[in-house]
Amino acid sequence: MKQYETKEFKDTRSGFGAALHELGKINDNVIALCADLTGSLKMDAFAKDFPERFVQTGIAEANMMSVAAGLSITGKIPFAGTFANFATGRVYDQIRQSIAYSNKNVKICASHAGITLGEDGATHQILEDIGLMKMLPNMILINPCDYNQTYMATMAIAEYEGPVYLRFGRPKVPNFTNIDEKFEIGKAIVLKEGSDLSIFATGHLVWEAIEATKVLEEKGISVELINIHTIKPLDAQTILKSVAKTNAVVTAEEHMMNGGLGDSIAQLLVLEKPAPMEYVAINDTFGESGKPADLMKKYGLSAENIIAAAERVIKRKK
Amino acid sequence: MLDVSILEQKAKEIRIDVIKSLKEAGSGHLGASLGLADIFTVLYFYELHHKAGVSDWHARDRLILSIGHAAPVLYVSLAHSGYFHPDELKTLRKLGSRLQGHPALCYKLPGVETTSGSLGHGLSIAVGMAISMIIDKTSHKVYCILGDGELQEGSVWEAAMSAAHYKLDNLVAIVDRNEVQIDGNTSEVMDIENLEEKWLGFGWDVLECNGNDIADIIKSFNIAREKTKPVVIIAHTKMGKGVPEIEGNYKWHGKVPNSKQAEKFIDAIINT
Repeated sequence: MKQYETKEFKDTRSGFGAALHELGKINDNVIALCADLTGSLKMDAFAKDFPERFVQTGIAEANMMSVAAGLSITGKIPFAGTFANFATGRVYDQIRQSIAYSNKNVKICASHAGITLGEDGATHQILEDIGLMKMLPNMILINPCDYNQTYMATMAIAEYEGPVYLRFGRPKVPNFTNIDEKFEIGKAIVLKEGSDLSIFATGHLVWEAIEATKVLEEKGISVELINIHTIKPLDAQTILKSVAKTNAVVTAEEHMMNGGLGDSIAQLLVLEKPAPMEYVAINDTFGESGKPADLMKKYGLSAENIIAAAERVIKRKK
Repeated sequence: MLDVSILEQKAKEIRIDVIKSLKEAGSGHLGASLGLADIFTVLYFYELHHKAGVSDWHARDRLILSIGHAAPVLYVSLAHSGYFHPDELKTLRKLGSRLQGHPALCYKLPGVETTSGSLGHGLSIAVGMAISMIIDKTSHKVYCILGDGELQEGSVWEAAMSAAHYKLDNLVAIVDRNEVQIDGNTSEVMDIENLEEKWLGFGWDVLECNGNDIADIIKSFNIAREKTKPVVIIAHTKMGKGVPEIEGNYKWHGKVPNSKQAEKFIDAIINT
């Protein structure tokens, strides 16, 4: 097994900001848009160095998304950034008509996704955004797990022609992936091979899944751990190959059980290879104020919850 | 010297084809397309820099139809300009057609610049295009046609604010001020007056014209072109213009004529 160690703690949004700044240097067509959250989105370096390609829209997200569509129609590559809550539900109609249906090259950059937004509470903690975005035809949905992967994903989506929803977060979390690791849209990454159980994790839950895997291995359960950074299109081949071997599945995500990664995998398995499966996700409830780590525990998204889900599914397998 | 009567004749031809294609489709929105026929005629046969044979010509002016339900007048104008064969108008709203009920970019009909239908998006899209042109230091313009009822959508005013903020002197908005919407008169459904003051307050220059008078429309575009900030033309029109028996009647927002009515309507247009 490859050892993944916490060398440092960094926020995924900073990985986005650093890559956006780099894109500013190498690609004149890249335009950044923000709705009064430039610092929170870590877009300030881009705004400072490329002011003529930075569009501040003020607190007007609907306008921002359609302006981005207009920019893309004229050949630009707009990266429109705001909190995930305001980048999806608030502007769903704009995204649906002018970006997804029009199949335009707009990158929706959604920070502060999920419950780890923390203290600001449920008004800002969107847990439905994966469901909302994956329902849209043409939309690519990427949820990287750490700073390095968010950096790589941001670079990769600039090269891809078409609408993308890039989901990342607020808190500092372990940064453990290799910055040189190739990021391929739609290609899941097998972090560890195993034979008793497949764990499919996305975003901040990948690190929790790594921690859980260590414990499960000590208990004699052979875990195959896969990082699903691209939720749509789903890497069906890698998932089915793994489940063919393990015949037991745990999915882990910082999102509602309804409409998230788990649902996408369940749908795939129902059609192709039914297998016992457990979800680690939020079960039809809003969040609340608190520290990210405390919220992860209270709402059942920690390594312990993954371990418990793994043990349940192993029992169901027998 | 420009011969206005040639454009007036063209506007009649456009109205007739709007009626024919909607009769053929069996559903759609007649009122706005007839009301906008004069403005579309001036745009496509006088104002816009465009080349029908090269729909992706980089230096073209852009026309954004924010009220997608007026798609028929856009399609007919494009066909009459030579973007595609007029026979294709018969496919409007039919399975497999590039002429969707509301304009859709993904069907790649030459001359369609954006998808519209859900209201309140178009001006923002036009703002994005105008910003893009300024970044590229090009001199062409973006024209955006809005409905007056559409101005009830808050997002229009987000766009208006941003156009003034970015001093978009390459943006011209046209409000189709026909004073009616699906549920009735705009003054009763949700009053949008005082319209001129609203746009002025948002930092735009404002012009007003008779949107069913070719000469007056031309005059407005000639002034608008020289403005150094975003400009809106409030164009007073009649929904259903050209067919006296339906003019100004909001019930014709989303209706189409049957064969008999179509014949009668076309006669009325020819005989005006």
